[in-house]
Amino acid sequence: MSLTTAQPAGPGPGAGAPRRDLRSGSLPRYFPAALLASSAAVVAGVLLAFSSFGFVLWAVLTALSYTVIVVAASARVESGRKAVDRLVTSLVYICFALAMLPLVSVLWTVLGNGLARFDGYFLSVSMNGVLPSMDAGGAYHAIVGTLAITGMATLISVPVGVMTAVYLVEYARGRMKRTIMFFVDVMTGIPSIVAGLFVVALWIILFGPGNTNGAAGALSLAVLMIPVVVRSSEEMLRLVPQDLREASYALGVPKWRTITKVVLPTSAAGLTTGIMLAIARVIGETAPLILTAGSSAVSINWNLFDGQMMSLPVFIYSQVRMGGAVNYERAWAAALTLILVVMLLFFLARMIGRLFAPKSR
Amino acid sequence: MTTTDAPTVAPPPRGRRRIGDVVFAGLAQGSGILILVILAGVAAFLIVQAWPSLSANTANFITDRSWDANVRENPAFGVGALAFGTVLAAAIALLLATPVAIGIALFIVYYAPRRLASLLGYLVDLLAAIPSVVYGLWGIGFLAPQLVPVYEGMARNLGWIPLFAGPASTSARTILTAGIVLAVMILPIITAMSRDVFHQVPQGHREAALAMGATRWEMIRLAVLPFGRSGIVGGAMLGMGRALGETMAVAMILSPSLAVSWNLLQSGNQTIAGHIALQYPEATGYGVSALIAAGLVLFAITLVVNMGARYIVARGNKES
Repeated sequence: MSLTTAQPAGPGPGAGAPRRDLRSGSLPRYFPAALLASSAAVVAGVLLAFSSFGFVLWAVLTALSYTVIVVAASARVESGRKAVDRLVTSLVYICFALAMLPLVSVLWTVLGNGLARFDGYFLSVSMNGVLPSMDAGGAYHAIVGTLAITGMATLISVPVGVMTAVYLVEYARGRMKRTIMFFVDVMTGIPSIVAGLFVVALWIILFGPGNTNGAAGALSLAVLMIPVVVRSSEEMLRLVPQDLREASYALGVPKWRTITKVVLPTSAAGLTTGIMLAIARVIGETAPLILTAGSSAVSINWNLFDGQMMSLPVFIYSQVRMGGAVNYERAWAAALTLILVVMLLFFLARMIGRLFAPKSR
Repeated sequence: MTTTDAPTVAPPPRGRRRIGDVVFAGLAQGSGILILVILAGVAAFLIVQAWPSLSANTANFITDRSWDANVRENPAFGVGALAFGTVLAAAIALLLATPVAIGIALFIVYYAPRRLASLLGYLVDLLAAIPSVVYGLWGIGFLAPQLVPVYEGMARNLGWIPLFAGPASTSARTILTAGIVLAVMILPIITAMSRDVFHQVPQGHREAALAMGATRWEMIRLAVLPFGRSGIVGGAMLGMGRALGETMAVAMILSPSLAVSWNLLQSGNQTIAGHIALQYPEATGYGVSALIAAGLVLFAITLVVNMGARYIVARGNKES
């Protein structure tokens, strides 16, 4: 590496011999950046010359030409191994760009199509008394439903999930531990619609057919949320150094106080992030809510136990199913609202995680 | 359970157990058992509610491709076509997403500038935050129209491969489009799992490889990937589970159908989850029970996939 160049060559016996630069046989540091810029420019020029400029086409051709040239140059100047390394580097960067493409595209289309109807009126008015094709109405009832159902699901799943994680990490041994871990994994794989069907089946047995309410929706979301909370919490609890527990035990602190005062606070940041991610996962769940909380409520309903409850994702779906231009506008605006709520959650997760993180030294 | 068989670092046992310890341990264990109860409940209630239609079914439930369940007597329905569509869509998604996800994880952990790494990881997490119904909206409102000319080109040039035989769908609302959207949706899950395990690769392993003169790729191939294999498989498992059961994106992109087709560029396939979401509002008679039976099959498929993947993970951990 370049460290060896720091060794002074000194006026040794080879003073007269031609000095061999250690950096020969490698492409200059600026080469990739320069090549990327020039291939981007050349491809743009060619595409414009053929007047067929498209952003995706331009990006693809640029990446392709860059990769081919940098690998060829490296194979010629450097070595085969370095060429492979550069090929993989390009591929890895391309992979990341591939992931950003749908993200930007989704956000861009939602923003572009959703802003038309996204305003104070849309957020503060329900669809009560509004015909689907009328140029009126909003998503307030859906926002209310989403908050109530998701909040209830969180209240159910966080205590159960975190306590199970505590059990797995601090208490469980042997077969019981393996069994619960295995079935938590199985539960992670439960498709959301199956969770919905489960609550439908349960509700038919408990209350008879045709009874849908927000509590059913909350329960189906909790079924989906619990394993996510368990898995993330478990991982976080395992990260707590064993030394901390031992130090606490050495001071004579009982085990449950050690867990509540040392283990949980130490991992609070990670736990919060995990819970927030779990909320973010279930807040957009649509399928179980269609089956359990209903898909035709139009009025504001804060009561989880009283009849159908609209939620933002179901609102989007039902508007799309209606199919008119106004309906699509409402769907896009509701999608924008939903994404903003999720982003807010993510932001809060980071802030809370940072505020409560243990002071490291 | 007693404190004496508690963990290796448990406080020394006293003569009398503290009441707080007993209560707390009981709560923790109760939560663990509650999870088992819920899971058993899922299976039990699905079976109980699916039984009436299954016992009245006049067709073979597993292989039949029709769905005449919304009747008061003699329903005839089967999940043959739907199960095929489900597995096909998930396979497409997994095939597309796994390599890209590994690349993203490597990028974030080993290639991205240190300062930017966490921000970039945050961006990938955002991909997971976008709700499935929004992906569905994006799929039919934006992606499908963009894919129409692509599919036409594929049918023209790759039509000799049976998978891509033409004529391509004019709406691009096909199983391939659904698979692409599913791939985008499972990317962040696989990425997150791979990323976590890449972070855990012992620094000594990596530095040893680099000290031997390995390039960055060789270091990854020799030190990172072998160590991270079980994490990658675990991530792919979670992704596959999500892809198998993902409902909204599929229900919004694919039309109701009961065909079985290997042709990725034509509409016709449908998945179990999509079928349930599309049929539930119109279900009468044996309909709801039959849909619950379909859900039971979906549950069983995901169960088998998860258990297989668990086995692979366990074996990988033992080797390393």
